[in-house]
Amino acid sequence: MKIGRRGFLSFVIGGAAGTALSPLPWKLMDDSSIWTQMWPWTPVPEDGEASYVNSVCTLCPGHCGITVRKIDNRAVKIEGMKGHPVNNGGICLLGLSGLQLLYGPMRVKTPLKRTGKRGQGQWEKISWNDAVSEVVEKLRDIRSEGHPQTVGFISGFDRGTVSRLFERFLTAYGSPNFMRMPSVRDSYELAQYLMQGVQALPGFDFENSDFVLSFGSGLIDGWGSPVRMSRVHSAWQSAGVKVIQIEPRLSNTAAKSDKWIPINPGTEGALAMGLAHVIVKESLYDADFIENNVEGFFDWKNLVIDKYSPDTVASITGIDSRTIVVLARGFANASKPLAVCGRGNGTTPVNIDECMAVHALNALVGNIHKKGGVWAVSEPDYINWPEIEMDAKAAAGMQHERLDGAGSKTYPFTRYLLPRLPETIDPGEKNPLQALFVSGANPLYTHPDTQAVRNAFDKIPLVVSFSSYMDETAQNADLILPNHIYLERYEEVPTPAGMIEPVIGLSRPVVEPQFNTRHVGDVILQMAKGLGGSVAKTFPWDSYDSCLKETLGDLWNYLIDKGFWSNTGAMPPFFGTSYETASGKFELINKDNGSIPQFKPVSIEGDEKDYPLLLIPYDSMRLACGFIGDPPFVMKTVEDSILKGKDVFVELNPKTARNQGLREGQRVVLTTPKGKAEVKVHLFEGIMPGLVALPRGLGHTGWDEYLAGKGINFNTLIGPVEDPDSGLDAAWGIRAKLEKA
Amino acid sequence: MDTLDDHAKDISEDAAAEAGPNSSLEMNLKEQDTGAGGPIILFFILGLFASLVVGWIVFPKLLYSKKKQPIEFNHVFHVEAVDNGCESCHFFREDGTFSGAPKLAQCIDCHEEIQGISPDEIKFVEEYVSKEREVPWLIYSRQPDCVFFSHAAHIQGARMDCVACHGHMGESESLKVYEENRITGYSRDIWGKSIGGFKKNTWDRMKMDDCAECHRENAANIERKNIQTPTQRLIGHMVNLVSPGTSTFDKGGSIQTERDPCFACHK
Repeated sequence: MKIGRRGFLSFVIGGAAGTALSPLPWKLMDDSSIWTQMWPWTPVPEDGEASYVNSVCTLCPGHCGITVRKIDNRAVKIEGMKGHPVNNGGICLLGLSGLQLLYGPMRVKTPLKRTGKRGQGQWEKISWNDAVSEVVEKLRDIRSEGHPQTVGFISGFDRGTVSRLFERFLTAYGSPNFMRMPSVRDSYELAQYLMQGVQALPGFDFENSDFVLSFGSGLIDGWGSPVRMSRVHSAWQSAGVKVIQIEPRLSNTAAKSDKWIPINPGTEGALAMGLAHVIVKESLYDADFIENNVEGFFDWKNLVIDKYSPDTVASITGIDSRTIVVLARGFANASKPLAVCGRGNGTTPVNIDECMAVHALNALVGNIHKKGGVWAVSEPDYINWPEIEMDAKAAAGMQHERLDGAGSKTYPFTRYLLPRLPETIDPGEKNPLQALFVSGANPLYTHPDTQAVRNAFDKIPLVVSFSSYMDETAQNADLILPNHIYLERYEEVPTPAGMIEPVIGLSRPVVEPQFNTRHVGDVILQMAKGLGGSVAKTFPWDSYDSCLKETLGDLWNYLIDKGFWSNTGAMPPFFGTSYETASGKFELINKDNGSIPQFKPVSIEGDEKDYPLLLIPYDSMRLACGFIGDPPFVMKTVEDSILKGKDVFVELNPKTARNQGLREGQRVVLTTPKGKAEVKVHLFEGIMPGLVALPRGLGHTGWDEYLAGKGINFNTLIGPVEDPDSGLDAAWGIRAKLEKA
Repeated sequence: MDTLDDHAKDISEDAAAEAGPNSSLEMNLKEQDTGAGGPIILFFILGLFASLVVGWIVFPKLLYSKKKQPIEFNHVFHVEAVDNGCESCHFFREDGTFSGAPKLAQCIDCHEEIQGISPDEIKFVEEYVSKEREVPWLIYSRQPDCVFFSHAAHIQGARMDCVACHGHMGESESLKVYEENRITGYSRDIWGKSIGGFKKNTWDRMKMDDCAECHRENAANIERKNIQTPTQRLIGHMVNLVSPGTSTFDKGGSIQTERDPCFACHK
């Protein structure tokens, strides 16, 4: 039978009718809609038993309590711990994104040994035993040659058992070169030591003050403990607390303050002295406090009256003299005023004169160790380990001066001076640093003049990184011995930055270690055992966990149960006993060491002729700029006016732009005496004319593809400027120029 | 009038005469059409029949792949051995969530070591218990991730029986073959064994229509009585468009959608 056109058509029509009467089209429609709504490649959260683990976030010095929600064995959400003295249920963007640091691609999954040249990224996986014995062998060689002092350790923190183990290891081995990463804590510790004679943490009772005078501190831009500061800031708003922000750029903190006073960058110390002048001259100070608790007031008064009149200060700072007078009166007349310094998020020190001048303001209004004032917070004293056994080699090694010069004749009172380290590393035969360990720190990213630091690192024969992530320092190390991340390990975490009450939190494993990583505390114990002799004897513990348990004693069970310990009823130290100076008082002029709060301008690099502009950094809660880089979730929140694609924007006042002939979005080359980089222009009325501002936290080369290669690292464009009195890095900016690309 | 009619007749007769030589061809064509009338209907029936066979019989065979469960399981045997019926293994957690298929942690109480001679039990202990691997059970009732279903509300709140949705699973001596939809990846049990979507029992299907059906039938006693699938909603709108006010759907709690809030059941 021949199938004609009509036959075929009727077959098709019959087929169509039959198909319509069959479930086929309807079922396919249903299935395809399910398929398109549930793409098979879209990850689906596992279903399972929900549980919560209390721990501590150590991604910044804020040390918030966290509660991690788990489904079976997987952590699925990080929340703030309710009832925790720091954050009471709150959490910041970075803390919330911590799970990406746990499961993300930036992790170092196993010990790695460099095979190519440094920084080439060629690694071979090695076993833990091989890795540790390689380090031990090198350390044994260095020690047997009689140079134990040539081993250094850079750590992000210097408190708590883990940091103390590092220090203990170095001491027993014979090296004084334990170095902490710099921050504004360096300046405050030194100021408190010089003026109050105590080694203590600076604590600020923001919750109870009624007038906050901030010398450029980004109080809600990541300063101190960010979640606490956000909570405090909300409380200020409802309580009507006056907040005055003094800085050259309209930061978020400035925008949310009662008054923003733009100031010539680097002259904050002068303003503090100017305010002191008005307070002293008009007798607005706390006479009782000055009489009973302050030494050297009259000498300092003369200096202040002589040199820091409002007109003089106005010409230095660019602030109208009338404003200075009004501000000083407002500050002194408030019942609980508080002045604070430390630019941005406080990860860089300020020069000691500025810090002392600001601290002196607090003393003038008598709010040292008072409700709403500044406290010297002593550490909870729970680490009572046996004496370190030092053999002759260790004793000889410890006789050497520190490489960074801290504690030397030049800088006798400064504890750590890491920024000075690169210049001391000598390429010659007798390199003063033969081996360097880095933990909880990323100096090859966070240090000013990163290129110089890298060159210095290249001269160190052995660099060992304990980083859990492939950060810049790990990339340029010889060995990476990856630590568990904070969600995988035990560690006690002492008092968070800026708190007035002592707190100890317990960071504990939320999940099993995901990779072949090892607790850095255990690695130190293994290294000590490997070295044998007195070094091994100094570490009588089998594992870090047993060391921690033993150290904490009864506190261990309390911490396991509650998650943190705090002394909520902490009282300020009694007057008279809280100053350990020669006079037993707060010393405005310290006769022993000649330190006087005053203004000494920091001369930053570059001359005005070649570099007509000033480059300053700025910090944001959306850009982590410490040893942790932004995880992808946080990167997603960075605005288009800061980073677009791979281009970072510099902020420029429209006036400056007009003078330079630049417009919004224009591609320019930013040059400083330290380096150059291609950036784009963003016009911003909130920055003083003549300045260029660049955000910190970008321009990574390490981490993952979501962070690396985006923007410019501010630290490649600036170098350290040494404060002659303290040795601290006092650079607040650098001269710069912009040219059309 | 007559003249006109006659005239017309004349003309048509003339026309027929003129067309004389071609009339045989016309006849042939007509004959052919009448002769092929049978095959055309036959073709239609053929097409209809073939597509019905494809749609009802071939299509479901192609759509679903058959998978065996990783190990065999006898519900009857286990229900007899435990004290608390279904809830011994399929229990509510303390926080009210439902555990679903048991994890190794529940099995391990009895099966830490091999108990009997069943080859499946031996395989279970050797491959899963001793290696601490979870059994990758194929879940017949697994719903898409967007579905939010609370067992607590239905079992503890409404006192429903497991059988109402899951059928007589607890009375099975072996696990049936898992038929996986090749497009969606979900089990055939969601759409139902009947490809036409017909059901005899409440547990024959687990689509949204079935949720809605039960909720409509029990509207007097339950909170979410106005569940409407997109199709029902579309029909309701069309009816309303043709004759406003005749559509019978009730208004739900949401002002925007006039339904019960979507997120009650959809994530």
